Amino acid sequence: MTAPLSIVVVEEDRDRAIAIVDALKDSGDYDVHVIGNVTGLARKIAAFLPDVVLIDIDNPTRDMLEELTLASGPLERPVAMFVSGAAGGLARAAVEAGVSAYVVDGLQPERLKPVMDAAIARFQMMRQMRTELDETRRALEERKVIDRAKGLLMKAKGIGEDEAYAILRKAAMDQGRKVAEVAEALVTAAGLLQ
Amino acid sequence: MKTVSLPVAYMPLVDAAPLIAAQEMGFAEAEGLTLDLVAAPSWSSVRDMLAFGRVDAAQLLSPVPVTMALGLGGVTTAMSAVSVLSVNGNVIGVSRALEARLRQVGHPFDFADAAAAGAALAAVAGGRLTFGVPFPFSMHVELLHVWFSATPLSAVDVEIRTVPPPLMAQALAAGDIDAFCVGEPWGSVSVEGGSGALLLPGRAIWRFAPEKVLATRTEWAETEPHLLGRLMRAVWRAGRWLSQPDSRTAAAELLSRGKWLDVPSEVIDRALSGHMVISASGETRETPGFLEFHRGAANFPWRSQAKWIASQVASRTGQDPAEAMDRAARVFRSDLYRAAMHGTGADLPGASEKLEGTLAHPTPVASVAGRVILEGDGFFDGRVFDPSPG
Repeated sequence: MTAPLSIVVVEEDRDRAIAIVDALKDSGDYDVHVIGNVTGLARKIAAFLPDVVLIDIDNPTRDMLEELTLASGPLERPVAMFVSGAAGGLARAAVEAGVSAYVVDGLQPERLKPVMDAAIARFQMMRQMRTELDETRRALEERKVIDRAKGLLMKAKGIGEDEAYAILRKAAMDQGRKVAEVAEALVTAAGLLQ
Repeated sequence: MKTVSLPVAYMPLVDAAPLIAAQEMGFAEAEGLTLDLVAAPSWSSVRDMLAFGRVDAAQLLSPVPVTMALGLGGVTTAMSAVSVLSVNGNVIGVSRALEARLRQVGHPFDFADAAAAGAALAAVAGGRLTFGVPFPFSMHVELLHVWFSATPLSAVDVEIRTVPPPLMAQALAAGDIDAFCVGEPWGSVSVEGGSGALLLPGRAIWRFAPEKVLATRTEWAETEPHLLGRLMRAVWRAGRWLSQPDSRTAAAELLSRGKWLDVPSEVIDRALSGHMVISASGETRETPGFLEFHRGAANFPWRSQAKWIASQVASRTGQDPAEAMDRAARVFRSDLYRAAMHGTGADLPGASEKLEGTLAHPTPVASVAGRVILEGDGFFDGRVFDPSPG
């Protein structure tokens, strides 16, 4: 019987951190720690003597983890970024899902696989949610500005809503721009003229 | 003309200028290329994007491809540094608290004398100092070690810690670090924000330090030699354009755009011109050659530069220095540089290695086309590095 793997998750957002921890715990018996405050990150991580460190690939503080790859660094056993050829498609899947994993020297691949599978699935889901959220927000903002532009046109020209939208759409088509861009220009110009 | 799109990763820094100018000023297009420039959130990310094939070329800290060849760091894919993108351009800065103590002991903040600055800093350090640097494998780290080794700072308990540059000012203000070595615009940003003062330019330690390189996977360089040649020539012409004084204003405006650095052009202009503002009270210092993109055969990847980096790193990690230098020399591809630059008018020195640190002044040396003027390359303590000892 070997001791459970020790995993450190570096994530400042509390909800995201909890989601990752839950996903890991569902997939096996692990000793999971979260580090939210990145001050002195390498030393904080070293204190847990982890087998695996997980961090978002877009997190700028990733560079702090590079110190852990040095034998003379703060960790007893140096870690390597998880890219080994033996793991095959897993490494690429991790990069694509947006998770970077640092794995301690000598960890058997079969112990790592369930951890990576769970992390990849979770990061992929979070990435998807973030993209969807961004898109929803943008769509809402576009609709808001189009509504305002329609209102301005309706007032200025004494026309109905459908007609106002038709004007915006025609201008957009003529200029090869998006309706939202034309609406934005109109709202800005109207603001300047006030 | 139909152009080929080439993905290239970079960090949003002033010394990414040759890549940005190559795309924006039409040098890439003239070679039939469109550079798809991908901004990275960290140096590990730049390296990984290149290693995993997300991009075909990247701006890298000059020690990164060398240390990868030495098996250090997370990834060890074979890399080729095909040209030097920039020489010098780093600054060493201190917290406001240290600035005040240095002024008390009469340090003039001349932003030039590394020996005097080291002695003064050691005198006020109180026995220990923590320096922030952007990456464990960087010219920043190497310059600090050179500086420490030849000043009373060698007797101070100094720690070097990795801090992403956007967090440097915050770490300084919070007291997590006492000082830093970073590339522009981050030094000037800390001055503007009132968290630090600049003590030395990098070139006060080594007058001609290769800072960033244009790197590709060695395998890609071998399978795409023509594409690589076009990229190298476009970037070289961009560097030549940047080195002309008339280009400076346009370059600062270009880099300052939200799409690129999103920093005021006046702040960027400091690094490009060498007119540095070093403290919150607005003191200015002139540093000619603060950042070089072209002069003195700056883009030539000297194998001796790679060997110098390797010998420094090997001495700290306990690797065999001769073997480390041998591996490193194969990373800086003066052979590919010569092949790609033939016929462009680029300075091609007769040799691919030189003694590092012997030139006190700009000096003419033998070149393929007659003579090339090399800039001074001295270390502040007068040390000389011989790439082929014995």
